[in-house]
Amino acid sequence: MKALVSVKRVVDYNVRIQVKSDGSGVVTDGVKHSMNPFDEIAMEEAVRQKEKGKITEIVAVTIGGDKNEETLRSALAFGADRAIHIKEAGEVQPLTAAQAFAAVMKKEGAQVLFTGKQAIDDDANQTGQMVAALLDIAQATFASKVELDAGKATVTREVDAGLETLEVDLPAVITTDLRLNEPRYLKLPDIMKAKKKPVEAVSLGDLGVQAAAPVKHVKTANPPVRGKGVVVKTVDELVSALKGKGLVS
Amino acid sequence: MSKVLIVAEHANGKLNSSTAKAVTAAQKLGGDVEVVVLAADGAAVAGEAAKLAGVKAVLQVDNAANKDPLAAVLAPQVAELAKARSASHVLVAGSTFGRDLMPRVAALLGVPQVSDIMLVHGPSKFDRPTYAGNAIVTVETTASPVVATVRMASFAAATSGAAVGIEKVTTSAKLPTHTRYLGIESHKSERPDLQSAGRVVSGGRALASGENFNKFIVPLADKLGAAIGASRAAVDSGYVPNDMQVGQTGKIIAPELYVAIGISGAIQHLAGIKDARTIVAINKDPEAPIFEVADIGLVGDLFQILPELTSKL
Ligand SMILES: Cc1cc2nc3c(=O)[nH]c(=O)nc-3n(C[C@H](O)[C@H](O)[C@H](O)COP(=O)(O)OP(=O)(O)OC[C@H]3O[C@@H](n4cnc5c(N)ncnc54)[C@H](O)[C@@H]3O)c2cc1C
Ligand SMILES: Nc1ncnc2c1ncn2[C@@H]1O[C@H](COP(=O)(O)O)[C@@H](O)[C@H]1O
Repeated sequence: MKALVSVKRVVDYNVRIQVKSDGSGVVTDGVKHSMNPFDEIAMEEAVRQKEKGKITEIVAVTIGGDKNEETLRSALAFGADRAIHIKEAGEVQPLTAAQAFAAVMKKEGAQVLFTGKQAIDDDANQTGQMVAALLDIAQATFASKVELDAGKATVTREVDAGLETLEVDLPAVITTDLRLNEPRYLKLPDIMKAKKKPVEAVSLGDLGVQAAAPVKHVKTANPPVRGKGVVVKTVDELVSALKGKGLVS
Repeated sequence: MSKVLIVAEHANGKLNSSTAKAVTAAQKLGGDVEVVVLAADGAAVAGEAAKLAGVKAVLQVDNAANKDPLAAVLAPQVAELAKARSASHVLVAGSTFGRDLMPRVAALLGVPQVSDIMLVHGPSKFDRPTYAGNAIVTVETTASPVVATVRMASFAAATSGAAVGIEKVTTSAKLPTHTRYLGIESHKSERPDLQSAGRVVSGGRALASGENFNKFIVPLADKLGAAIGASRAAVDSGYVPNDMQVGQTGKIIAPELYVAIGISGAIQHLAGIKDARTIVAINKDPEAPIFEVADIGLVGDLFQILPELTSKL
């Protein structure tokens, strides 16, 4: 069974985001970038499934400019067998990304696509579901447990009301939630080995994808700041502060 | 003029309060609002939806295949109805139900989606959070229909009014059989629901065990009549179930009072509580980032502070 894993390059989750003063976006130049944390979980899951003998080949795929090569090398160090770099220097929104991944799924004849549940830059939470819709295949989003069998997958999902379980026929799209696994630390030998693994470059056009009309970003602003708070010294002071706000009687 | 189609969220024959928040967002668009209830037998849910102030009509789509909330089964029906009703907007609350479903609807309609609208500037112009709420983007879309999810913490629930008509409709959408619902494991609780509670007490890694959650957090929450939440670290460590996680990737809430206990205040956690009216933080580290957003902070050991606080309330 062949698995495809999408890996996005995003501003590292530890970076304090700075909004540009002209409102044109956030500062990304000179800022640390990494693989989207949910995509690390997706990679880790694919590798574990391969270690269990459920998956035979893992293909990592990214969409982005030249620097995404780093993200692909990390994916290869995790254990992807090869990678596809869909080169596109400009912004790619979820519908377009989904069209591209759907095309790769078809071309590769992959049985499962692992994506993160959301990219921590746009926080869109759309791409995986859109791929599944475009291919008319099953989706199991926000996965916290995945069991792959011949032709089907049983997936536990983190939903607002608890843990839901679905059985889906393959091919399917599985989007990963935080508790699916804990991604491994990449070791130097694996990072060295990754340098020799093949990366194929393609364009959106090669895949027959025409970028969908994007949602326009009019401006980017800082969130409203909260007023300065007080630090109290004792429990009694805390209780009276709460009383002062009418929160306790 | 706008014509908004809202997909109702429901479980066990009851309308989820998330739907009433989507109705409030829809009203800001101007125009007519219709709520569609997809269920095996949606009569009771449709009856509740019909009473939400601002709703013009309720569409009830009964189909045995709609028994469980499967995005793959619901999406083609919603897409077909969006066309049949000439909807200008298709909305759903940004709960896990809405997040699972709506992108699938958007892709079937061949349009992009706007996730988590938090402010409506006009029929096609919205504010939405990115980077865990650290950058607010004003977006404008030319797509038709406009497909969007609604950030629940940004809108109050619509109130109840006089009941409007319920129309039974059918769709001819071909429904897939590739997805089967096996069940849900929910933690029954008498407590207020985390997502809609007016008060929330949350515990973090510092609690160190599930027993300590019961011993220290629960009595305080009981005193305050509060729901209980947790940081990711507390959930990952198994102190409490996943549905209690607050934050960027958990629940985003807007209570009147939020009490963060032994939580450092990572940006991903703060993303879930930015709309709380009053934030109280108890942490032994005076440098913890939670104090940067707290309205009232108390530095100290939670294991000493909480029993005293609970007894003095
Ligand atoms: C992609 C991604 C998504 C994430 N999503 C979320 C999310 O949705 N929600 C979320 O919460 N996190 C999320 N996180 C994790 C987040 O980055 C933090 O790791 C997490 O919030 C830390 O939880 P914590 O504050 O309980 O633990 P810690 O950061 O370990 O903080 C524990 C705090 O307890 C204090 N403390 C210790 N002992 C005591 C005591 N006796 N009395 C008083 N105080 C004490 C310490 O001073 C410290 O400040 C996410 C991370 C990533 C990468
Ligand atoms: N440009 C991209 N390159 C690689 N993967 C992507 C890209 N955009 C989206 N994805 C995948 O889709 C997931 C969800 O992204 P989003 O819908 O933007 O929140 C991410 O976790 C990635 O796995």
